[in-house]
Amino acid sequence: MLSRTADNLYWLARYMERADFLARAIQASRRLAALPKAYGGEETEWESVLLSSGAALAFDASGRPVDEANVIEFLTFAPENPGSIRNCLEQARANARAVRTALTIEMWESINDAYLEMRALESRGVIPCAQELARFLEVIKQTSLTYDGGAYRTMLRNDAYWFSRVGLFIERADNTARLLDVKYHVLLPEKEIVGGSLDYFQWSAILRAVSAHTAYHWVYRTSMKPWLVADLLILRPEMPRSLISCYESIVRNLDNLARAHGRQGSSQRHARGVYGKLEKMNMESVFQGGLHEFVQSFITENNRLAALISEQYLF
Amino acid sequence: MDSRITQFDELAGADGRTRAPYRKLSQWLAETPPELLASRREQAELLFRRIGITFAVYGAQEATERLIPFDILPRILSRSEWTTLEKGLIQRVTALNAFLADIYGAGEILRAGIVPADLVYRNPAYCPDMAGRRVPFDIYVHIAGVDIVRTDDQGFFVLEDNARTPSGVSYMLENREVMMRLFPELFALHRVAPIENYPDELLATLRSVAPPRANGDPTIVLMTPGQYNSAFYEHSFLADKLGVELVEGRDLFVRDDVVYMRTTEGPRRVDVIYRRIDDDFLDPLCFRPDSALGVAGLMGAYQSGNVTLANAVGAGAADDKAMYTYMPDIIKFYLDEAPLLQNVPTFRCREQEALAYVLDHLDELVVKEVNGSGGYGMLVGPHATKAQIEEFRAKLKAQPQNFIAQPTLALSTCPIAMASGVAPRHVDLRPFVLQGANGARVVPGGLTRVAMTEKSLVVNSSQGGGTKDTWVIDDAWVADEPMGQA
Repeated sequence: MLSRTADNLYWLARYMERADFLARAIQASRRLAALPKAYGGEETEWESVLLSSGAALAFDASGRPVDEANVIEFLTFAPENPGSIRNCLEQARANARAVRTALTIEMWESINDAYLEMRALESRGVIPCAQELARFLEVIKQTSLTYDGGAYRTMLRNDAYWFSRVGLFIERADNTARLLDVKYHVLLPEKEIVGGSLDYFQWSAILRAVSAHTAYHWVYRTSMKPWLVADLLILRPEMPRSLISCYESIVRNLDNLARAHGRQGSSQRHARGVYGKLEKMNMESVFQGGLHEFVQSFITENNRLAALISEQYLF
Repeated sequence: MDSRITQFDELAGADGRTRAPYRKLSQWLAETPPELLASRREQAELLFRRIGITFAVYGAQEATERLIPFDILPRILSRSEWTTLEKGLIQRVTALNAFLADIYGAGEILRAGIVPADLVYRNPAYCPDMAGRRVPFDIYVHIAGVDIVRTDDQGFFVLEDNARTPSGVSYMLENREVMMRLFPELFALHRVAPIENYPDELLATLRSVAPPRANGDPTIVLMTPGQYNSAFYEHSFLADKLGVELVEGRDLFVRDDVVYMRTTEGPRRVDVIYRRIDDDFLDPLCFRPDSALGVAGLMGAYQSGNVTLANAVGAGAADDKAMYTYMPDIIKFYLDEAPLLQNVPTFRCREQEALAYVLDHLDELVVKEVNGSGGYGMLVGPHATKAQIEEFRAKLKAQPQNFIAQPTLALSTCPIAMASGVAPRHVDLRPFVLQGANGARVVPGGLTRVAMTEKSLVVNSSQGGGTKDTWVIDDAWVADEPMGQA
């Protein structure tokens, strides 16, 4: 396939996944911020959302005060924030439009529908009210479900599919890692756990942001413990947003590509390396080396993989 | 509209009796409540928007993507009308091709004094780099979109020959798909000739002109200027239907006079390029050095016979409005046949006498720039203001050779369904003619363009024109049904 097409598909998948993550993160934070101060409902929550979505610098530059309304608007609709949901959606659609022929009609329609909805909302020229915002976030989540489902159910299993899957999982791993990076301090095991800890609602917000709130209880069958939250997001293969699960998928899709092209390359080797390390790890060793340090090095490795892929395939 | 000429409506006919091809539609319309038409119109709009069939309009802010208005009532031609048209189209495109092969070759028509040599050689679309070279199978015009109008039920006029990169075929195909979803009952009433095989026919045409080295299994690509081009939707649509890669200039490169595309598996050789990009932008080494859309070295590969371009470079030399006036002679010269499709009577302003007449009758005539297209650079005398007429008078006097003039044609009308009811609007027709090493053919139909505003004659989509589905139906189904017992 054309290198440019592969590039478009890869980024299309990344932008769709990013928009979905942002929508979930905003919803989780709204829930947390709405709690009384004694339960962790503090304004600092909005700073951490900015950090985990990588928009903190851009937000600072905008000169706006950090509060709920400003941050949500900035993350959702602001055209000047390159990482806002609106811009993710616009980028996704621009990429989709460029490779219409590589997408199935279902995938295109799901992106285009969301885009039209966003344009309709914007065309009124007023900032959407809370209810409209909530609805829009739902639309975004719904869109990523139909898009993803459309890809899974209707795409031919060839390089177009594998490239877009690789994009999705690299982005997902990056999002999970960033979330862990911002919240690592509440996940450390040495914290004293007393019933009704202040951090309890923080943990549940983290889980909600990656749609794992219910999953936690099914996996551990115990009340919330911060190190288990970290374990779920890093090392549990059955958790679809954990780092290890993302890498299992990346390795598989890159292998499919390699088989089709008859050649293994540096991206396959690197991905297998990262996956192998995760497989051998346990939470004890992660905490020993420092959760923060682990996450930072993971983000670097993940970016390295993205660079290797474009070197190997995107010419 | 010139009031001296009576209006021809394709449904009502000259005498107000419903014409045969429209009988069933007319009856159906009479029985159908307006609410149903209104709801189908809404559905159509929704379908087009969802599928993302859009058209970019240059210069319009905020409207980089716009829907072309679609009218839900079909335009209907009978099989016998179509047969006449089809023969005429094939004749015309065959002659266009012979003309191109001649002017880039021996130049017999010029030596015979039929077409003035300076008109050919000074034509900006004439490509000197192609002179003396042969193109694969001597085919220059692989895809032509010939604009047809009618003024009565007798014959058809050719308004324009588009031999460069005619667009609109995706609308022809999508209009039919949408109509089939919207009006299954109308399709059950008529036997409509299918057009869905167009992409297959196009693919066969492109395969037939591949360089011999492709050994019967050529790699074909469709080359687009990119997603900001007004016809990008069509490019992606066609590439998808053809099952070929949609490439931009940056996806291709030339090494040792061979064209390759950059793929995830490395470079892959390209044999046929269906290019939807103008000559000027094809190769910065040969044409516009500032073109970022083209591929350096493409012309070299083309001239070495390693890649086929469709349409051929320089094909535009046959389709400009000055050459148009010679088409009847061109057909006679190469085919020794009388033209089956008429030309609209045209004044060549380069000729003294004609110019004098045109300047005296500017308020009655349509004046067109020889190299204009898309309805730009055109004066419609009867609808123009005094100032516009004077502006054109000055232009004409300064550079008469750049203009032709034609009488205002009483273009036929067809009914369209609007919010306020059914009313007639002016239409034209662009059928798509394919020509390969395996012969020429036309799928039965074309793109009907319609001027959505009352009395307007401008059907171009860049000027707010709309489209309709075009049906060719069997004559047997047109005739009255046998009378039964009352």
